[in-house]
Amino acid sequence: MPDKKTILRVAEILIDELKLEDITPETFNPDLDLVDELGIDSMDLTTVVLVLQDEYGITIDEEDYPKLSNVTLIAEYIEEKLKEK
Amino acid sequence: MNTVSSMLDNEWHERYRQISKLNIRSSIYDVTNKCNLRCKGCFFFSSDEHKKSPDEPDIRKWEEFVDREKARGVNLAILIGGEPTLFLDRVEAFYRRLPTYCATNGIIKVPRERFPDLMVGISLWGDEEDEKTLRGRDTFSISRKNYEGDPYTYYLYTITPKQIGKIERIIKKIADVGLKVHMQLLSNDEGVDGFSWKHEELLDLRKEMDEVLDKYPDTVISSKYYHQIITTGTMLGRPFGWMECPSVTKPLDNRKPEPKRLIEFIRWAADLKTMHRCCTSETRECSTCKDGAAHMSWVMVNKRAHMRSPKDLQNWIEVYEMFAKLYKFIPW
Ligand code: SF4
Ligand code: SF4
Repeated sequence: MPDKKTILRVAEILIDELKLEDITPETFNPDLDLVDELGIDSMDLTTVVLVLQDEYGITIDEEDYPKLSNVTLIAEYIEEKLKEK
Repeated sequence: MNTVSSMLDNEWHERYRQISKLNIRSSIYDVTNKCNLRCKGCFFFSSDEHKKSPDEPDIRKWEEFVDREKARGVNLAILIGGEPTLFLDRVEAFYRRLPTYCATNGIIKVPRERFPDLMVGISLWGDEEDEKTLRGRDTFSISRKNYEGDPYTYYLYTITPKQIGKIERIIKKIADVGLKVHMQLLSNDEGVDGFSWKHEELLDLRKEMDEVLDKYPDTVISSKYYHQIITTGTMLGRPFGWMECPSVTKPLDNRKPEPKRLIEFIRWAADLKTMHRCCTSETRECSTCKDGAAHMSWVMVNKRAHMRSPKDLQNWIEVYEMFAKLYKFIPW
C-alpha cells in the first residue's frame, strides 16, 4: 500500500490539472477507476503524467499508462520508480 | 463530482465500457497526388496540395514508413489522396501492418482476394446530377455495381444543398445494394454556384438526417447528436473553428492554449516527409469547415465536457460508437 502522502498528492494533481469540481484530495476515492468512472482520456492522462514526472523526477513510459488506472496504482507506480532511482 | 456510473444506467454504462478503453490513434495519409477524377470542390486539388511534394515511388520506403508510424503509436491508418486505389501496393503496405481504412471514389474496385477485409469508404457527392456537375460523371452507378453487398464497405455520402428533401432516395438505393452509409456535408471549397449552405437549409437538413436514421437504422451509421453538431457547427454552446479543431497535425500545432485534440495526429503527404496542416486543406476557412470527421473527433476528444448531464454523456457515447463502427473497432 503506498504512502498516504503520495496518494493525497496524486489526487491533488488530478483535481488541479483536470479541474475536477466538488472534490478534495481527502474525499477522492483512491480506488475509483479513472477511465471507467472519471471519464479521463489519454490526453488528460498525458497532462497529469507530465506534472508527475516533474514533481517526482521520474520517467513514465507510455506503455505503462494502462497500469495507471486509479490513484492508488499511480501512487504505487511512483513509489516503485523512486525506489529504482 | 460526477462519475460515469452515477450518470448512466447499467445498459449505457456497459456501452461506455466497450468503447472507453479503445484509445484509437489515427493519422491520415495521402497515398498519391494522382486521381482519376477532378471534382470541383475537392480540397486536395483546389488548394494545390498535390503540387506541394512528389509521390514517393519506392514501395520499400512506404513499408518502412508504415513501420515507423506503427512504432509512433498509430493504430488506425486513414488513406486518402488523390485516389488510393491507383496504387494498390502502397495501400497494401498499410493493410499488412495496421488497421486500415481506404477512401475511394469507387471507380476502381479494391480486389477482395488481395484485401479481404480492408475497410473501404466510397465518396458520393449528392445525387447522380450533382455528381455530374461536381465530379464530371455519375460515379454512384459505377461504385454501386463494384461494391454491391460488400461487408467492409460503406458510402460516405456528402450531402449538398441541392439534396434537401431528397436524401431518402439515395439512402434507399444504398440499402438496396446491401451497403451502409455515413453522412457529412459539402464544404464547397471552390465556391461552385448554388452549392453553399444557407442557415435555414441546415435546420431542415438536420431534421431530414434524423428521419433517415430512424427509418433506416440498419443502413445509416450515424447519431442525432452528430447531426446537430454538423448542422449547427456548435457543441455545448461552443462554435467550431480553428481554436477548437481536434484534427490539426500535431507537430504544426502552435495553438495556445492547445485545445483537446487527437493525440499525435499527423496528415502526411505522399512524399512521406511533408506534413499538411490538418485533415483537409490549409486554404480552407475553418469557420465554414464542415468536415465530418473533424466534427466527430471534436465530440470524441471532449468527453469530460459531456459529463455534465446523463443526456450529454449518452450523446458522447453515441458519437464515439459511430466512429468506432465506421472504422470497425466495434461491429456494425
Ligand atoms: S475523387 Fe476525391 S481526390 Fe479525386 S478529385 Fe474527387 S474529391 Fe479529389
Ligand atoms: S479546415 Fe477544418 S479540419 Fe482543417 S484546421 Fe480548419 S476546422 Fe480543422
